[in-house]
Amino acid sequence: MIYEVFRQERKGQPFQHAGSLEAANHDFAESYAKEFYGRRGESQALWVVPREAIIEVEDFVDELNRNYHRVDGYSLKDKLRRARERAGSALVARDR
Amino acid sequence: MNEQQFLEHVQSGGQVETTDWMPDVYRAKLIKFIEMHGNSELMGVLPEREWILRAPTLQRKLALTAKVQDEVGHSQLIYRVVEDLGKPREQCLDDLISGKAKFHNVFHYPTKTWGDVGVIAWLVDAAAIISQKALLKCSYAPYARIMKKICWEESFHILHGRDVVLTLMNGTDEQSELVQEAVTRWWRPLMQFHGNPIRKDEDPMYVWRIKSQGNEEARQQFLDGYVPQIWELGLTVPDPKLRKNDDGVWEYTEPDWDELRSVVTGHGPRSQDRLDLRRRARESSAWVRSVVLEQAA
Repeated sequence: MIYEVFRQERKGQPFQHAGSLEAANHDFAESYAKEFYGRRGESQALWVVPREAIIEVEDFVDELNRNYHRVDGYSLKDKLRRARERAGSALVARDR
Repeated sequence: MNEQQFLEHVQSGGQVETTDWMPDVYRAKLIKFIEMHGNSELMGVLPEREWILRAPTLQRKLALTAKVQDEVGHSQLIYRVVEDLGKPREQCLDDLISGKAKFHNVFHYPTKTWGDVGVIAWLVDAAAIISQKALLKCSYAPYARIMKKICWEESFHILHGRDVVLTLMNGTDEQSELVQEAVTRWWRPLMQFHGNPIRKDEDPMYVWRIKSQGNEEARQQFLDGYVPQIWELGLTVPDPKLRKNDDGVWEYTEPDWDELRSVVTGHGPRSQDRLDLRRRARESSAWVRSVVLEQAA
């Protein structure tokens, strides 16, 4: 069986993909992973996951073009310029 | 995506994962390149293995054993990458043992003295790490990722090699002579190591961005990094033409490319002995593999 190995370098850091290994069962997978990715104390922890247990999601279709929950849905530059212009004239009017 | 778009993708720094579409020609080039790397790690332990029992101290014996373990570990990781590309490890080993697949030139030569062990770990590993660092940006991402670990471990090997060499150079005249003889023996294979100076835009491995530098670039980097280190110890490099020009480019005697071709096609001084050993080891350890698989089933 193929296993994917993710390693955490230091406590608190995210686990990152390190590589894969082939092992006959979970016990062998655990011991191979230790030898491959933890022999010199370079890992704080490892996640050893059967490849087939990983659900891969790659397509993200935005059918309704919901830009209101993304930064590109908000273009403030022009509105801000106009608002400043308006405020500027208001300011002049009050000072008079 | 078509082949042209894929080429543009990798040439502009894009990377590819195992499950992504890739042109057949790219896949074939990847397998060939990575498989040879795996073979070299596996065959590369044999010249050093010969010295485990003859290492001068317990500390050296342990360090050498650890280096051998590292290199075999690298070959396991690398064959795993080849396997995901479609060629099973068993088939890689079959092709290696039958002489169909190649491994690096430097592993076809004998190790005559403890001086060779130091020079291999220092200079051969230095030459190798230059090639391997150029794979950290490989367009095939799974290979680039395992290369991080491999380069990290290789840096210990260089330290180990320098330590062996410096200890000998601080020893008796006879000991420093061992180092000089080894440098003299290894110089030609080292100069051939990075391959012929093919232009990088004509090198398919560069075109597909499997590696990120040309052969001559790698050799110049090796010379620039290590010739001064060799000279400062009072060692001589056996090439009267070797010098650094004003423009920073190293000049050297043209390496013997026929010798390189002949050695890597299995005609080196130790090619057949080492393949025989690998063949015997595979046969005699077959029962271990079958027991493990049975137990696990």
